Amino acid sequence: MKLHEYQAKQLLTQAGVPVLPGFLVDKKAPLPARLKKLGPAPWVLKAQVLTGGRGKAGGIKLVNTAPEAARELKSLLGKTLVTAQTGPAGLTVRKVYVEKAAKILREFYVGVTLNRKAAKPTLMVSAEGGVDIETLARVSPEKIRRVDIHPLRGLEPFQARELAFDLDIPSTHLNQTVKVLQAVVKLFLSMDASLVEVNPLGLVEWDGKPTLCALDAKIVMDDNALFRHTDWAEQADEADVTVQERDAKKAGISYIRLDGNIGCLVNGAGLAMATMDIIKLHGGEPANFLDVGGGANAQQVQEAFRILLADKNVRAVFVNIFGGIMKCDVIAQGILQAVQSFRHRIPPIIVRLAGNRVDEGQKLLKESGLDLMTADDLDEGARLAVQATRSSKP
Amino acid sequence: MSILIDKSTKVIVQGITGSAGTFHAKACRDYGTRIVGGVTPGKGGTNVEGIPVFNTVQAAVRSTGADASLIFVPAPFAADAILEAADARIPLIVCITEGIPVLDMVKVKHCLSTDSLLIGPNGPGLITPGECKVGIMPGPIHKPGRVGIVSRSGTLTYEAVGQLTARGIGQSTVVGIGGDPVQGLSFIDVLALFEDDPGTDAVLMMGEIGGTAEEEAAAFYRKKMTKPLFAFVAGRTAPPGRRMGHAGAIIDGGQGTADDKRRALESAGAHLIDSPSKMGETVEQFLKQDKNNRNRSHA
Repeated sequence: MKLHEYQAKQLLTQAGVPVLPGFLVDKKAPLPARLKKLGPAPWVLKAQVLTGGRGKAGGIKLVNTAPEAARELKSLLGKTLVTAQTGPAGLTVRKVYVEKAAKILREFYVGVTLNRKAAKPTLMVSAEGGVDIETLARVSPEKIRRVDIHPLRGLEPFQARELAFDLDIPSTHLNQTVKVLQAVVKLFLSMDASLVEVNPLGLVEWDGKPTLCALDAKIVMDDNALFRHTDWAEQADEADVTVQERDAKKAGISYIRLDGNIGCLVNGAGLAMATMDIIKLHGGEPANFLDVGGGANAQQVQEAFRILLADKNVRAVFVNIFGGIMKCDVIAQGILQAVQSFRHRIPPIIVRLAGNRVDEGQKLLKESGLDLMTADDLDEGARLAVQATRSSKP
Repeated sequence: MSILIDKSTKVIVQGITGSAGTFHAKACRDYGTRIVGGVTPGKGGTNVEGIPVFNTVQAAVRSTGADASLIFVPAPFAADAILEAADARIPLIVCITEGIPVLDMVKVKHCLSTDSLLIGPNGPGLITPGECKVGIMPGPIHKPGRVGIVSRSGTLTYEAVGQLTARGIGQSTVVGIGGDPVQGLSFIDVLALFEDDPGTDAVLMMGEIGGTAEEEAAAFYRKKMTKPLFAFVAGRTAPPGRRMGHAGAIIDGGQGTADDKRRALESAGAHLIDSPSKMGETVEQFLKQDKNNRNRSHA
């Protein structure tokens, strides 16, 4: 689950990381009184959408007067932002964060994520703030300093000091840096985050003196840990996922839409990926990843069909089930119920069953009298599915 | 011969009174596994299908002498269950549970001593065909034999086993290491065990996108292994930045692509398998050729 910048800044503030004064607007409300509270212009209007690359897409505006702020707010709210990460559909701006602008002296990168190999959180810092860290990691990896974190003790002050000296932070701000880095790590651990990123962490001029503060922030929480953070789970903004992906999640199905035209319905994530791969090997394009789960029942199979057929590009469906715990005859019943429940015309369906009670399952399919193709193995299934897309009309 | 489990392994099931726990405790016992007890806090003194239930892992180990534990405890409590098994010094802990918070597993990994090996979580467990099943895989598709299998996936492993068995090729032990980003035994750990196992002649490994475990396996294979390794990597068609069902299956910042992993494995000398339908066939062809070569060298 991704948090908005304004939510991340709220958490950072609570953790002791300074942020610039700001407020959230979600409708075209009068601004002057609230702007006045922030202090004199300039101010920054920042679209709150769950994607990177907002600046380039016109989602961040620097304004110098209250009327200008009102004008920009009006144009931002309701606007669709298309960034490098959103895809062509873009995301609608429903909230704008208004922040006082400050003179930036230096910018740093600070991020905490999981080091899978070490099975520990890792803190990354760089003197090249404000850039895309993935690009930096590719182009000049030597500019990123990493340190693994003890999962129970967090970041030690000496570790933070070492990083501060590496970043060439003035010694007047050494203690503040230690405090900020420790707070960011603590937030990562306490929020069950998979990413906490302060990019940039700015050294800004505030009241005539330099100080560190979080200029932008991103927090991604581990979905598996949301049971410990129910207050945040309730505030989830799922604008960045499709209706089908949301429905699938509710039904315990993993669904990811892709660009091809062969719908896939598979049990198990590894087999689901392998099924997409074999479709491609046979010259076709998968329309989706779909893992119906290990213990799926007839109802879930039906829901899975509904979800993947909502994609109008789908011209054939490849059902690939290896029955372990799942019995193939139960799955076959689910398929038959699903097919019979659709009133409109549906694309050709190719079913490959294997494993537990496969003969019973295949018998049910064959005796149903429904227009289904069955395949004995992965190759045949993929081949039939690709063939079907070539003969079926959209 | 086999690795990790055999017919002498004594298993307890943590979370035995839950529906999955009960179902699989029975299925494992039916396969021939010595299921000696179960643990559910507060249900001590009762029994499930004749299997005695204990309140704590300590008590279960004291009375049964169990040396393996199979865990079906729900995700919010699963890390605690693993630590409880480790505290009772159970040498082999197999966790099936899906959806454990990553930071819980980070803490578990940190606290786990070398006395306990952990398999999983979020995997099917492991099986030594014909002897012992500590997991949720369908027993009958397996066949005793000399090919070791290690995989990050469940049903894809069944697919591979099915293809081997259909060709009359049996398996020494089949290990599912699980699909989470932080897990117990890695590919390397299991490959090392297979390399040392006199009952294993060749190893089939199924990797997938995300992380660098396959690249590490490739480096290990190059330096430390003499037995042939066959490898399939799932997710060549997976888009970047999306989690493909498994929490660990994600291409992140351009890292962890199937093609990178395939290149690493191939350049290390592993036999790369392109299509998931050719796993059995590839192993079969190699074994036949290998046999011919040996016969010729003996002639």
